[in-house]
Amino acid sequence: MNFFFEVLIGGLLSGVMYALVAIGFVLIYKASGVFNFAQGAMVFFAALTCVGLMDRFGMPLWLAIPATIAAMVILGLCIERVVLRPLVNQPEITLFMATIGLAFFLEGLAQLIWDSQVHQLALPIEDVPLQSVLDRFNIVVSQFDVMAAAVCGVLVLLLAVLFAKTKVGRALRAVADDHQAALAVGIPLQRIWAILWAVAGVVALVAGLLWGARNGVQFALTFIALKALPVLILGGFTSVPGAIVGGLIIGASEKLAEVYIGPLVGGGIEGWFPYVLALLFLLVRPEGLFGEKIIRRI
Amino acid sequence: MFYREAGQFKTTYEADGQILPIRQDRIALLATLTLAVLVLPFVATPYLLSAILIPFLIFALAALGLNILTGYAGQLSLGTAAFMAVGAFASWNFVYRFPGLPILVAFVLGGLCAAMVGIAFGLPSLRIRGFYLAASTLATQFFVVWCLTKIPALTGGSASGVITAQKIVILGYAFDTPQRKYVLVLLIVALMALLAKNMVRSNVGRSWMAVRDMDVAAEVIGIRLMRTKLLAFAVSSFYCGVAGALYAFAYLGTVEPEAYSLDLSFRILFMIIIGGVGSILGSFLGAAFIVLLPVGLNIVAHGLGLPTSVASNLELMVFGALIIFFLIVEPHGLARLWQIGKEKLRLWPFPH
Repeated sequence: MNFFFEVLIGGLLSGVMYALVAIGFVLIYKASGVFNFAQGAMVFFAALTCVGLMDRFGMPLWLAIPATIAAMVILGLCIERVVLRPLVNQPEITLFMATIGLAFFLEGLAQLIWDSQVHQLALPIEDVPLQSVLDRFNIVVSQFDVMAAAVCGVLVLLLAVLFAKTKVGRALRAVADDHQAALAVGIPLQRIWAILWAVAGVVALVAGLLWGARNGVQFALTFIALKALPVLILGGFTSVPGAIVGGLIIGASEKLAEVYIGPLVGGGIEGWFPYVLALLFLLVRPEGLFGEKIIRRI
Repeated sequence: MFYREAGQFKTTYEADGQILPIRQDRIALLATLTLAVLVLPFVATPYLLSAILIPFLIFALAALGLNILTGYAGQLSLGTAAFMAVGAFASWNFVYRFPGLPILVAFVLGGLCAAMVGIAFGLPSLRIRGFYLAASTLATQFFVVWCLTKIPALTGGSASGVITAQKIVILGYAFDTPQRKYVLVLLIVALMALLAKNMVRSNVGRSWMAVRDMDVAAEVIGIRLMRTKLLAFAVSSFYCGVAGALYAFAYLGTVEPEAYSLDLSFRILFMIIIGGVGSILGSFLGAAFIVLLPVGLNIVAHGLGLPTSVASNLELMVFGALIIFFLIVEPHGLARLWQIGKEKLRLWPFPH
């Protein structure tokens, strides 16, 4: 039983990290209808930039992080200006394919500026079991994972405050509701989109740092986007709570499936199990758990 | 002037409905085909044949398959490579388990297996659309490749997962040199392209396009959505399956799951974006572009003395930038540019 809980908790905690990437997607999709396939590449770009600054220029972490945030903001502005603005009013599928192109571009750019080595990233939290939990329940829970989850929680809280309490947040919600109405009342649409991409870049940085500290900063980080997709399908593309709940479900079920079903069929089912789960779910509820109901008219 | 259709009158319905209504087009196509069949195999170097022309034709076939599904029927798919893998492995298995089975029959059967898998994974498209579907086709990609690595029965119990493809022998004639393989691939691809061209001009193709443009409206005017969508998945997967079989038998010489990665799916998607979504010609142009671009970049990088890692990253960037560029500047791809070029030639030298 202890083992079950260990797997479950481990899964939930890694689900939080999936959710973090998924939130980046949701932010952009909600406000601009762009399904940003490049989110994984942005995670990679952010993490590699941060590590690159530390390794090559000897920056300490506390300096590298703001510098990377600045870089991500600039990147977000550039993406809005160069890629999205000319594609305004195109079908969503075109925008989606453009972000696939963007993903390739960013992957190439990141490795061209820095390099394609695997970088170690040392965050000031160690990946050791939490002693108190180990003593009381005899369950191994990594301290790092708990801290990561806490960071995610704080980030979500900050985003919630940003959305609910600030002027920019109000504008963001207005844009998400209806572009044209927002434009009509004088909200600068393009500035809002730029802010959004910048925020998504910062979220990508947090995700990149957490994943990078765990698995090393390397090209494999881009595959996180592929992990976040079933999370999105499950949670719905337009809902931040959906991304979190979806992340938890996917994280927990994929680890449990790997441990309990995996050995029966040869293992390695983590790659597709989340997709199949999400797909089965879609057949019941095509708009996802928290997604908006899609009404189709001619 | 160069492209004058004045004087070419159509007096029968057959003449009016032919694939290439303008004489110059027919002559050009015939010339291209003659050149490709009768001249190229003898003048081209084995390198050109086996490293550029054969993969070009195979990718064009796969792009054709994806174009049927995405370009004509409007169902975005990121699982093309999976269908190719099914085709390759099924063909290999048919030849392996039924010795004496003609290899062309094995290719067709492989394609049919891919079509069945396509129908199975196309079923969700009845409920979900757009991005949700694109994401769920990734399930196909991961699931199929996983099956092929984990289920020994599919791979003949090979330990390494890499199997040598059988020799292509048709009626006792071995297609073992680059020239012969090239001719075989060319004939198959040309035949299937002709079929596809006719299919998209027919009733079936029109209902695909109706579903693509607005599926609710299509349903209202009496197009049976389920049949149309599943048929698109089946036909598309069949094409991809045959392309996959050719990829394994005529190009790689081995059958292995790693050859059919997500990366290949993306490359084929890029081919149809750059070549032209919803265009048969576009599949060929896109395939040529994507096959030639890395070669060209390598030559440039080599000329500039750049290290390989830089060259490969530049390749990624150029790919990405080109996709964005084409989507912004010419969403209908090279095929549309070609069409514009023809219109200009028709009016030349008078612009109006």
